[in-house]
Order: sequence, then C-alpha cells, then structure tokens
Amino acid sequence: MNFELTEEQKMIQQAARDYANRELILDVLERDANSIYPAKHVKALADLGFMGMMVDPKYNGSGMDTISYVLAMEELSKVDSSVSVIVSVNNSLVCYGLEEFGTEEQKEKYLKPLARGEIIGAFLLSEPEAGSDATSQHTLAEDKGDYYLVNGTKNWITNGNSASVYILMAQTHPELKSKGINALIVDRHSPGITLGPHEDKMGMRSSDTHSVMFTDVKVPKENRIGPDGFGFKLAMKTLEGGRLGIASQALGIASGAYERALKYSKERKAFGTEIFHHQSVAFKLAEMYTRIECGRLLCFHAAWLKDNHQPYGVASAMAKYHCAETAMWVTTEAVQIHGGYGYVKEYHVERLMREAKLTQIYEGTSEIQKLIISRDIFSH
Amino acid sequence: MSVLIYASHDGGKFPKSVLELASYAFALANKTGGQVTALVTGNPVGPELDKLGKSGVSKILLTPEPMGPAFDNRAYAALLASAAQASGASCVLFSDGAISRAVAPRVAVRLQAGYAAGVMGLPESIEPFRIRRSVFTGKAYGFVEITSPVKVMILARNSWQIAETPVACTIENFIPGITAPEAGFEVVKVEEQTGAIRLQDAEVVVSGGRGLKSGDNWKILEDLAGSLGAAMACSRPVADEGWRPHQEHVGQTGKVIAPNLYFACGISGAIQHIGGISSSRVIVAINKDPEAPIFQFARFGIVGDLFQVLPALTQAIKKLKSE
Amino acid sequence: MKILVCMSVVPDTTTQIRFKPDMNSLETSGIQWIINPWDELALTRALEIREQPDSGVTQVSVIHIGLKDADPVIQKALAVGADSAYRVNVAAAGAMEVACQLSEVVKKEHFDLVIAGHDSADYNGSAVGEMLAELLDWISFSSICSLAAAKDSITIEREMDTRTETIIAHPPCVITIQKGIAKDPRIPSLRGIMGARSKPLLQLEPIPCAGSAAFVKFENPAQRSKCRMIDPAKPEELVELLRNEANV
Repeated sequence: MNFELTEEQKMIQQAARDYANRELILDVLERDANSIYPAKHVKALADLGFMGMMVDPKYNGSGMDTISYVLAMEELSKVDSSVSVIVSVNNSLVCYGLEEFGTEEQKEKYLKPLARGEIIGAFLLSEPEAGSDATSQHTLAEDKGDYYLVNGTKNWITNGNSASVYILMAQTHPELKSKGINALIVDRHSPGITLGPHEDKMGMRSSDTHSVMFTDVKVPKENRIGPDGFGFKLAMKTLEGGRLGIASQALGIASGAYERALKYSKERKAFGTEIFHHQSVAFKLAEMYTRIECGRLLCFHAAWLKDNHQPYGVASAMAKYHCAETAMWVTTEAVQIHGGYGYVKEYHVERLMREAKLTQIYEGTSEIQKLIISRDIFSH
Repeated sequence: MSVLIYASHDGGKFPKSVLELASYAFALANKTGGQVTALVTGNPVGPELDKLGKSGVSKILLTPEPMGPAFDNRAYAALLASAAQASGASCVLFSDGAISRAVAPRVAVRLQAGYAAGVMGLPESIEPFRIRRSVFTGKAYGFVEITSPVKVMILARNSWQIAETPVACTIENFIPGITAPEAGFEVVKVEEQTGAIRLQDAEVVVSGGRGLKSGDNWKILEDLAGSLGAAMACSRPVADEGWRPHQEHVGQTGKVIAPNLYFACGISGAIQHIGGISSSRVIVAINKDPEAPIFQFARFGIVGDLFQVLPALTQAIKKLKSE
Repeated sequence: MKILVCMSVVPDTTTQIRFKPDMNSLETSGIQWIINPWDELALTRALEIREQPDSGVTQVSVIHIGLKDADPVIQKALAVGADSAYRVNVAAAGAMEVACQLSEVVKKEHFDLVIAGHDSADYNGSAVGEMLAELLDWISFSSICSLAAAKDSITIEREMDTRTETIIAHPPCVITIQKGIAKDPRIPSLRGIMGARSKPLLQLEPIPCAGSAAFVKFENPAQRSKCRMIDPAKPEELVELLRNEANV
C-alpha cells in the first residue's frame, strides 16, 4: 500500500488546478447563465493533453494512469463541471472503447484525432424509453450487407452538437435482446441525422446536451466496434470507466464547495467571532471533509484496480454512488453555511449544488449503482 | 564607523529619500563614533548641498556625472567603490530605487562587502553587526548578520524620519582613478516620465481593485488622487484584466511600495496584495463588504458604495484644502 | 544564443509565513513550494523567444542553487519547456554565495544571456543578478519589462527611476526582469510533464564560496491596531482624522 502521489501525478493535479483557477473561473458564471459551449476551453485542454489522458501515446494520447485522470477530473470539477463532463465523455466513453476494442484502422482514423482533442466524441446509449434499463434499445441498425441502416432516437446526449464522432448503440438482432446490440462509429454529419433542441438544463448548463434522431442513416460495416452483437458488452465495460469519471467529477464538486465553505467560514463573522468557531459550522465542515476523503479513497481504489487490470466495476459503482450523494449533501450544506450569499450566483456554491444533482442521475443513477453493488454482494 | 552615502538627485534636487538616508547615516555614524560622507555626482547648487549638512553629512565628495548618454551601472559601481575606499568608509548606504538596486550589489562584490537591502532601523548590535530588514515581502522580519569589515546596505523606503542634525560640512572635488567601461549596448529610445507622480516615490497612493467593476469607472479614483496629489495604483486582478497598466500593479508580484498614506478602494486585501503595501504608514480601506480582510490591515475603514463614498471624500478633501 | 534562467524556489505566495520556535529558520512543514514568480515569468519569456523562428536562441536552461528537495519544482520548469536544468547542491546562506556558484556554471557551460527575476519572494535579496554580472565582469540591466532577441543582440526596455529606456545590448549579459516581461506563466502540458523525466537535471557539486551576510533570526510583524470604522455619510470625519491623528 502506498498513499503517496508521484511527482508527475502532483504536477498533473496542479496543472488542472491552475487551468481551472486561472481560466475556467473567468467566464464560468457567464457560460452557466447563458448556456454557452466552452469551445476555447476544450481546445486549450486538448492542447494540454486532457482530452485523451489515458490513451497510448502511439495514438496521440497522453499515456497517463487512471489516478491522474481522477486527479484532473476532481480539479476541473471544483470550478466547472460543464467542462469536466466534456473531458469525461471524451476520455471515458469515447476514447476508451475505441482503444480497447477498435481495429487498427478505426484507431488510426478516429482515435488519433479524438485523443489529440482535435475533434471530440459523444456516446449514444440512452433513449426516450431506455434510460437506466439499457438492454431495451429501440434504435435499430439493420444489417444491409456492407452497411447498417440506422433509425431511432437517442436522448440526453452530452456533446450532441459539438461532437464530430458518435459512438452509437443500436439493435441489430432484436430477438437476441442485449446480445443483438452493436456499437457503431457514426460521423455526426452523416445524412439523416437531426438534432433536437439544446436542452435547457438545471445545471452543467455550458455543456451541450441534445436528443439525436436517426432517419435511414447509413453506417459502413467497418465502423462496427468488435464482433457482431458486442455492443452491449462494450457499453457496460465503457460505463465502468465512465462511472469513475463521474465519481471524480462529483468528488470535485464536493471538494470545491467544501473549500469555498471553509474559506468563507474563516472570514465571515457572526456573534463576535468567525463562524468557523461555531460548533454547528465546524462539525459540519468536519463531516464534509470526512465524507469527501472517503470518496477520494474510493475513487483512487477503483482507479488503482483499473490500472492493475483487475475488475473495478463494483468499486467504480461504489465510488460514484458515494461521491454523487456526498456532492449533493456537501453542496447543500455549503449553501447553508454561506447563508444568503450562498443563494446568489457570485459565490458559486448554488451552481455547484445544481451541478451535483446531475451526478446522482447520469451515467447510472444512484439507484442503479446500488443495484450493481447489491447484486455483487449477494453473488458471493 | 564612517559611513558613505550615495546622495542621488533628481535634476539637482535631493528627494526626500536621500535626506532620510542622510539622517539615518548620521544616526548610525553617531552611534558608532564616525562621520558621514556623501558622494554627489553632477552639480547640484549650494543651497541643495547645504541640506545634506543640515541632515548630518560632514563631507561631500563632488564628482562629475558618469551618466553619459546612458546609465551604466558598472561606472557607478566603480565610482562608489572608489569613493568608499578613498573615504575609508566601512559602511556604504543607498536609498531604495532602481538605480541603487542596479549598483549596490556590484559595489558589494567590488568591496568584498556583506550586503543587505531593505534594512529598517539602526543595527540591533554592532559587534556582531546585526541589522533588521523585511522578508517574505513584508510578511515578516529577519536579522542579517554581516561579518565583513565593509557593509553595503540599501535603506527601506519611508523607514526613517528626517531629523535636523546640522554639522560642519566640507565639500571636496573627487576624481576617481577609474576608466569608463566599454559600452556593449546602446540606448535607442528614452521616454521621460513627466507629470504623473511616480508610484514608488509617492507620499500618497490611491489604489483601486475589482470593486470598481470596470476600467471605465476609474474617473472617481483619478479625481480622489487629483485632490490629494496622489499616485495611482491597482490590485493584481485589475492589471490582469487590462483595466490599468501593469506598472500600477501593487502587491507581492507587482510593485512593493511604502507610502505615508494608502487608499485601498474596492480591494478585498488578499495576502499577496498586503505583501506589497504592508509598510505603508497609514492604510485607509473603502469596501462594500464589511468582512473584507483589508480591514484587518487598515487604520481607518469605510464600509460603503465606492461610487458614493469616493466622490464625497474627494469633495471633503477639496473643501478642506480650499479653507 | 544560450539562455540560462536563474530560479529560486519559494513558498507559495498565499502561504502564512511561520518560523520554528527558536525563530532561527522558516517552519517549512505544510508549505507548498513554487518557482519564484518573477523567475517563472523570466522562464516564460525565454521560452516564448526560443519559439520564434529568428530569435537565434538554441537553448533555454534553468539553474537552482539548493538541495535535492527542490527537484520537483525544477521538474516543473522542464515540464513547461526548459531544455535542461542544473542544480548546484548547496544550501547557500546569502546572495553572494548564490551568485558565486552561478558564475562558475555560467562560465563552464558558456551561456550568453542570464535572466533572473528582479526579486525573490522569500528573502527579497534582489541582488543575485547584479552580483553575478560583477563576478563575470559582464554588462547587466535591471528592471527590465520587455525582452526580444535577434541573432546576436537583445532589445530590452528598462524602467529606471524617472524614465523608460529602450536598449539594444550585445550579450554576454545578465538581465533582471520585472512584471510585464510575460503575461502569465505557462501551465505544463501532460506530455511536457511526462517528458520532463527524460530531460537532463544535472546535480553539480559546489565550489568553495564565502559570503559575509546571513540571516540569524526572524521576527513576526507586530499586530496592527484595530481598524477604526467611519460612517460612509461623513467623509469629512476621515479627512479630519487623517490630518490630526495620522499627520498626513
């Protein structure tokens, strides 16, 4: 056991922290208020190597371990989760599957520009009638010999408009249920793709979320990832890593709110002393800190398992469940510590609270995480 | 110990910092049984030179200005070192400023002297020679022990009061036996700073922070500065946003100043900012947030809206001045 | 042209400075160490210049005089783009000792331009650059707020006490820079961070250098008296107080 970060990991953490505190913070309120996509930040983070963090350098990635990814996601999310979710989707949901299961040609053509961050990707799984229950995919990918013909609708697609490449889950053999699903690489600008309106969200308002409609979209056969019917397995493997990205995001939201509350409690005075000295506040901060540390260790553990090629699906489910719940609780209490100031945008904690809510919902709700965990503990 | 001061002047007039330096040097020489010699370059007129005598200088070494078309710190360093040896000084003192900072370290090397910049107050002890100076940009003090026979020091700004200590003062022409160094550079353009009061020398500084909301709102600050004859300064975010030029940035990574009176308007008082102003004698803070940390460092504070308080304050000052 | 950037390692500027109980040295526990902000700006500008096609700059190296615990901070300089780093393995007591160690490396490695920050955020000596120039018998320029390089000359802007000069100088020389020379320090890219490990960080043994000024003890600043609050509707009250009580 070793709890010490390496010098490189500390430097990566600091680089992400510097970027967040120097750049993201400047326009985060404006982007949140007006739902402005953070194009320049995505480009800058790509130049710094954050868009393909764990991809092998031979495919233009940064070749980092998963611990570094957790650290970077936490630091970015302390300030702006609209940006960190774009990072998470590109790294965990798009690059991962292509690198792990794609052919050399697919990696050459798609993974390289994605890992460099020249283009970004989106992951299309959820449907109007298939959210948590991902096995019942209604989007069809009919086998037409040398291409698939795709029809259907996908919902809640992060990067729906800004992505150039989609990783799409669609049903080819409905009778085989989940074993009939395929994962296809789809060019976002293929004929027959239309987007629903930009979703007007409660939080993470600066990322672009859309529904995506497919009408007779032709996808070449060579764009299928893995063998026929591999899609559901790919989705499940991918989501194990995705959960860890969102767990680290929730961790960042929680620690960002905690740090702000701590600072505020040392400056703000009430009844003749800094409010930090009031036990009701001090104990709350102690509890926040403890819960956040628990979350951080869960994230590190899951990342360590992944880096050591051990099963980490349950570990990442626990990390995501705990961190999302912690983020919601900590942000709510951070607003409370700030009092009236917490309820206005200038102090950031109300935004973090809105962002926290989504971490309990997307990439597997807290309930789904508990399902994964409970199934695992009953299986032994 | 005998003390040599470098009495720089601005177009023939000695600035306040040099008279402070002379008074300080006199106190130091007096404490240790020695005399003060001043090196003066160029040709200030008699009455100006008399001011040095009134502040305790016993001997003035007058020497031609080595400053030709360009300031060359090597020439000044050679001159100062030679004057120190000629006058038998065991302490060479400078007032703080860009020229001193460019020359004094070279003098220290030439004289194999121990060096300390930003010193405050007389030595705590002479044997061993221990002197106090600020460290960590005003966040603490340190005592430097200098063991060499000759010491080279720069006195911190605004750290010593001018005292009337008249002594008999003789003036000698001093011709150092030094040759001008080969240039190796040329000055292609010079912009003299005129009109505006220089930040580092200013007695009063009016400084604005993010609380002013925009660079367009600086008028109310300029009006206040105008009524006080003050120099303008700003906090780091203001310079970073490009609302004001970086030369006005005061703080740990900007300029470090020590005026008599510092107005912090709409500046919350981050520790880095405090580092740049903590040696100011009186700090006045004006901020809408009563909990802003700046109030912990200020002597006087006003909690209120800058856009109302500043114009009212400017009026009150103008009124008093006209009375 | 070969550029050497001198780099001191200082506590993060947000640090509350505390001393050990005997007040003889800094309490270093819990301190986050960073590249001295002015030195970081110097490095930033040096790297910007090297990237320009006609600058004639072939190498940008950094040097630190200090012990091994500074290596992680030096690594950051390599991560943002310095080609190599030197560390002279000695805990120097003062500016003179630092300048003396630097001069040895500058001579041995044939650097043409040495850049240093005009001050260091710890002991505020602001003397090393000029002492080094004197030891090397080089020309030197301080308070530099802009720097450009051509093949065998540099163009700089110097802020003197009452004027700003534009100077063309021919290296070898030492310049000490102030704010304005570069906008923001760089954030290292992940590739830069990983690549830093394979760049040379040479540990050199010190030459004998004697100094004669050293810190012997420290003191915390005295508590300031409490702030006196004035009614915003009565600015004339403040004016009176400033005149009578503060003598201004």
